[in-house]
Amino acid sequence: MSLDNINDTAANEALIKEVLDQYPEKAAKKRARHLGTVKSDAEGNPTCGVKSNIKSVPGVMTVRGCAYAGAKGVVWGPVKDMVHISHGPIGCGQYSWSQRRNYFTGTVGIDSFVTMQVTSDFQERDIVFGGDKNLDKMIDELEVLFPLNNGISILSECPIGLIGDDIEAVSKKKGKELGKKVIPVRCEGFRGVSQSLGHHIANDAIRDWVFDKGIPEWEGTPYDVNLIADYNIGGDAWPSRKLLEEIGLRVIGSWSGDATLAEIERAPRAKLNLIHCYRSMNYICRHMEEKYEIPWVEYNFFGPTQIAASLRKIAAQFDETIQANAEKVIAKYQPLVDGVLARFKPRLEGKTVMLYVGGLRPRHTATAYDDLGMVIVGTGYEFAHNDDYQRTGHYLKEGTLIYDDVSEFELEKFIEKLRPDLVGSGIKEKYSTQKMGVPFRQMHSWDYSGPYHGYDGFAIFARDMDMAVNAPIWSKLKAPWKAA
Amino acid sequence: MPQSADNIKDHISLFSEPEYTKLLAEKKAQFECRPTDDAVAAQLEYSKSWEYREKNFAREHAVINPHKACQPLGAVFAAAGFEETLPYVHGSQGCAAYFRSHLARHFKESSACVSDSMTEDAAVFGGLNNIVEGLQNALKLYKPKMIAVSTTCMAEVIGDDLSAFIGTAKEKESVPADFPVPFAHTPSFVGSHVVGYDNMIKGVLNYFWDRAQGEVTRGESNGKINIIPGFDGYATANNRELKRYLDTMGVDYTVISDVSDVFDTPTDGVYRMYDGGTKLDDVRDAINAKATIALQEYCSAKTVEYIESKGQPTASFNYPLGISATDALLMKISELSGKPIPESIEKERGRLVDAIADSQAWLHGKKVALFGDPDFVYAMAVFLMELGCEPTHCLCTNAGKEWEAKMKELLASNPFGADAKVWVGKDLWHLRSLLFTEPTDLIIGSSYGKYLEKDTGIPLVRLTFPIFDRHHHHRFPIFGYQGALRVLVEILDRIFEVTDASSDISYDLTR
Repeated sequence: MSLDNINDTAANEALIKEVLDQYPEKAAKKRARHLGTVKSDAEGNPTCGVKSNIKSVPGVMTVRGCAYAGAKGVVWGPVKDMVHISHGPIGCGQYSWSQRRNYFTGTVGIDSFVTMQVTSDFQERDIVFGGDKNLDKMIDELEVLFPLNNGISILSECPIGLIGDDIEAVSKKKGKELGKKVIPVRCEGFRGVSQSLGHHIANDAIRDWVFDKGIPEWEGTPYDVNLIADYNIGGDAWPSRKLLEEIGLRVIGSWSGDATLAEIERAPRAKLNLIHCYRSMNYICRHMEEKYEIPWVEYNFFGPTQIAASLRKIAAQFDETIQANAEKVIAKYQPLVDGVLARFKPRLEGKTVMLYVGGLRPRHTATAYDDLGMVIVGTGYEFAHNDDYQRTGHYLKEGTLIYDDVSEFELEKFIEKLRPDLVGSGIKEKYSTQKMGVPFRQMHSWDYSGPYHGYDGFAIFARDMDMAVNAPIWSKLKAPWKAA
Repeated sequence: MPQSADNIKDHISLFSEPEYTKLLAEKKAQFECRPTDDAVAAQLEYSKSWEYREKNFAREHAVINPHKACQPLGAVFAAAGFEETLPYVHGSQGCAAYFRSHLARHFKESSACVSDSMTEDAAVFGGLNNIVEGLQNALKLYKPKMIAVSTTCMAEVIGDDLSAFIGTAKEKESVPADFPVPFAHTPSFVGSHVVGYDNMIKGVLNYFWDRAQGEVTRGESNGKINIIPGFDGYATANNRELKRYLDTMGVDYTVISDVSDVFDTPTDGVYRMYDGGTKLDDVRDAINAKATIALQEYCSAKTVEYIESKGQPTASFNYPLGISATDALLMKISELSGKPIPESIEKERGRLVDAIADSQAWLHGKKVALFGDPDFVYAMAVFLMELGCEPTHCLCTNAGKEWEAKMKELLASNPFGADAKVWVGKDLWHLRSLLFTEPTDLIIGSSYGKYLEKDTGIPLVRLTFPIFDRHHHHRFPIFGYQGALRVLVEILDRIFEVTDASSDISYDLTR
């Protein structure tokens, strides 16, 4: 498509109408509220103008997952020295087993348990008689087999809440018996409208079952920070940590990618919370602000523009030494940034991108694409709330297509019409998009690549986008005897 | 600085750079509060012991690294094999997202499936409104010829009645009264994905043979043979291989649930949500077939029983992989159809026997640990013994006593099975103990086996669902003589790789 026509408000509004016309009336009405374009409000600020965090319409093929996915898959699952029990039938734990790529160091099955699938594997008798007694015994068995575990989490699947099991009582009892934290997380999949409530429930479990229940011995410094809501996908949290250490901060807790329980327990001792994925962990940051008076700062470590802005923003919370360090670090990495841009920008400049991802990436990665000269023509969130969309408008150009909780039907039509040069979304969207001849990168798992955070990650991000967009295979779609 | 624009390092090598190894070591030392390295090393050693194995096998409640999925996954897979059919999951939406991801990661294909997104209110009041609205939306948007409904455990626990709900939805005109909406109750707390597969196939047949226009009775034979493949990660290529045999023999057939095209669509500029699949008219007419052959007994028990109740003869097999399993299937097809097995197929068989004869010295007495679905494990054990290997540990998480007895009988009947053990209802953490205490030369299973390979150093051959970390295995068959040849080569390659890596002295050019 020609660049003149991109982010054409009228065309995009017409496209939305065209798509909505395909729905039955009631569903069209519901979906209309979730589709829009970026517009300026009365004060001239760009807004997305869509409703969000509302129940998905039945039968439309939402991309969303459930509360369990948010609590186990996202927040608790990466905590490496705890055994996480998928409590209920076999499936949930099986499908989420080792799929998030939360990297960690440690010995699996001995002192680390991230890439294991531990489940109570509910049978019919558990549904009938309840699962509490067996859960109690199961925890004893896990203690025998994994004595170096540092705690246990119990993540409820759908039936637990429906049959009235009391996993809190079991947790209290076992916690006392073992002298360890045993943490119930009420993340039944039918709760809420998406993964998002699962994040919230998981945050509340940290508040109620971890904080103020003993902190490992600790000597603080004025530069202690927590790195919050970086799940270390493909190792993301490590280049982030490196940058923070380089500017002179001490990261005392990394949540929850590569975290140990101790890093969560001592978090209230930090001077500042730095939050990357606002959506999944703002709750606990607000709680720490209220209860422990720890301020929090949002930052964005995707792409050099936002990395530099974030380093300055973080440094501004500290003294001049830190601020000077931040400038030094930004300068230190500038040659790397220049090299990456010199290599990839000419290959990517002007290419259009559509995104559809989860918590922060629909906005956070937008400027990383900008850095490469690429243009976002559409973006949306699986499970955002209004405050996410409020944080999104200024990252985008007027007229950009916005789709909240998009259905696969809508997404396919949007891709077909906008024909972007790249789509960034999830595994469920990858292959259908590529069939259409449109390059694709998974933006949840980094398509088995990464890290993408920090300067080290930006080089990989640029390389990967180039590989996708400029792969030679896209010129071979049509058989030569058919092309014409 | 570890990173540069000219030599971009990603996760594979970046974290071995000194800046990162130092960072990770300091994080561990200062912030993680880990057990001492000595304690970790001691526990690691202990976890390899017989004593640990005994504790591991004493557990009755904890399930650790199981090798099975839940019923609706099998139902969604089965539903996808019918012409322009949209799988529909009644219950929580997260389940549908998981099924779609799981299948997509294995097949490297999109997997279409809608859910009706039941939440708290549906938990209290039931999911009737969801299904009424969901069916209407699904039909309007995705224009399927059939919607096949399965359930998640949420809908099962609250007791939603699919038959009544779908009836009500039709009364409310959310879909036309004659629109096919077969269904299967698929509680995930009963059985596994293989049972879900069975339930959905039965549900589809039951719709066309009993529910659509009242009970249908068998009429004049249509001369065909029905084939039910069962849940199979290699179905794309295996079904094609099977059809090649049938075409070569000149046998008329209906593959009931044929996913070979829907999970293997071309990239040519068009996304096909539906492709191929069993024609609905053929399903209707399948009641008049000469007979039904189930390729996987443990994926088809209820379906076979149902078909027999209609007066149609059936025959069940355990995954036609290897020489004798393929022989038996072809002879049965020949017997039922009256068509002889042509010489061209006999030659393929001869070539397989030839290949095994050429390589037998490298295979004889090799010990193998084997895990997977019940039919696969059975078939692979048979084939391994044909190769002269010993299926030392045969483990199946999702089988029952009947399978266990059948396996034991099989192994007892063959000298290569004399020392073999059957582990039913066990998981891959059990298998880890088995491999440390009674090691084998090879592991055969799925991608989940890679953790066993890493822990024990025993090489893994990926030959069953799911295969996430290797690409395109499912595009080549493992059924039949050609498939067995391919399995043979994969096993041999691993044996030769290990042999080459084992000794500088015996680093022979020719083996």
